Amino acid sequence: MTKEQIRNAILEIIAQIIPDEDLSGLKGDIPLREQVELDSMDFLDIIMELRKRYGVEVPEDDYMQLATLDGCVAYLDPRMREI
Amino acid sequence: MVTEGSRETRVVITGVGLTAPNGDNLAQFRKGLLEGRSGVQRLSVRYIGDVLAGICHFDPLKYQKKKELRRGTRAGSIAIYCAQEAVADAGLDLASFDRSRVGVYLGITEHGTVETENEIYEIKQFDYDVKYWSHHHNPRVVANNPAGEVTLNLGITGPHYTLGAACAGGNIGLIHGLQMLTLNEVDLALSGGVSESAGSFGIFAGFRSEGALASHPDPEKACRPFDRDRSGVVVAEGGCVFVLERLEDALRRGVRIYGEVAGYAVNSDAADFIFPSAERQVECIRLALNRAGISPDDVDIINTHGTGTAEGDPVECQAIREVFGQHPHAYINNTKSFIGHAMGAAGALELAGNLPSFEDRIVHPTINLDNLDPKCQLGNLVINEPRRIDKVDYILNNSFGMLGINSVVIVKRFCGQGSDDSGNRETGD
Repeated sequence: MTKEQIRNAILEIIAQIIPDEDLSGLKGDIPLREQVELDSMDFLDIIMELRKRYGVEVPEDDYMQLATLDGCVAYLDPRMREI
Repeated sequence: MVTEGSRETRVVITGVGLTAPNGDNLAQFRKGLLEGRSGVQRLSVRYIGDVLAGICHFDPLKYQKKKELRRGTRAGSIAIYCAQEAVADAGLDLASFDRSRVGVYLGITEHGTVETENEIYEIKQFDYDVKYWSHHHNPRVVANNPAGEVTLNLGITGPHYTLGAACAGGNIGLIHGLQMLTLNEVDLALSGGVSESAGSFGIFAGFRSEGALASHPDPEKACRPFDRDRSGVVVAEGGCVFVLERLEDALRRGVRIYGEVAGYAVNSDAADFIFPSAERQVECIRLALNRAGISPDDVDIINTHGTGTAEGDPVECQAIREVFGQHPHAYINNTKSFIGHAMGAAGALELAGNLPSFEDRIVHPTINLDNLDPKCQLGNLVINEPRRIDKVDYILNNSFGMLGINSVVIVKRFCGQGSDDSGNRETGD
């Protein structure tokens, strides 16, 4: 997957997790939780969806690296590049 | 408290919120019951295929966000819809109410079955690897979930919990709310019952294994209490929440009063897991009559529990004949014949469907009764067509459940403070 595809994949997951939110203006460098209503259980949903859809495991110690959309892409790029 | 010889605290019903397979508010539901409109339909259920079930059609997004729906349970959604509708119906503005003095007490038959089945189905796609098991599982399956979701949605900070009472749950929820008001634990009780049972293949499969799951070429004719050709239970989902408050509070607010809870009783068969006991049902009915301070001839409508099983219906009829005689004053009906068995919601829904009789003096019938089982012979059974009667002062509602739990609630037409039979309402209609 390209970085753009990874970004879209993450956005698709987020849209499913928080379907009431408008994601069109989401900024890549600002923490997601500062832009949309996303609590810890929602975050665990993102982790679960990455596991179910792409077989990607994110250890708890790495959760902070997924705080922003750009951070997600950077973290997942080496793990999803071959998908 | 409503006990023998004691009338210190009078508790009244001032709001009704409900969803049933044939109506999403009391007016629709009542119309369906008077027009003979069933809510039973075909439903495709995982592992089983087509079954007959009662499914509700309320709009859950009326009171919840999509995210809340995704996170919560169907029972929670039903409970929220019913609670919100009941609060609105009672003319309450909870924002200006002390919400620490509101209690949420909901009867359930079971809870967690649907969610657990869903999770097992989900991890089956991953060869049962439990790392795919949802972190939402525990908050979804805790037994207080439906009541808890109501408090989250309405910002209620008073007590909340469910009462597991099998198919007597709806009555038990109402009874418990009355008790908490009587104990002055709360000033307002959101009480009733909910069921998401139709989402569980296990409930259908369980009844089928018992030989007690209804089948019929026409879904609307499948639930046939007291009929010789009945074939068992039609599982339904649904919910009904009453706003209960002390009479003086209701009078001060000047709101509509649907009726006063005049008496109740709960007892146990101590006999069998599934088969009922006429003897204990008789004791339960008599205890409720005694607490209401009335005789059998004072009761105008008996809403039966009758689920449409060969084992259950005759036992209840035997109990009714023993208490009320072969030729009772009361007219007798059944609500499950329309909507199926809404399990934890059944008692509350069935009571709600009869409350308008205080106003219109019409008894809704039991439908799908074409060939009366001689063992279910009851005087004044209202069959297939509604019946207008002279007066409706007392409605008695039976609800019984597995493990031998019996419950009876008696509601009295509200005639004004201190008056028994004036017919003059102190509050508007």
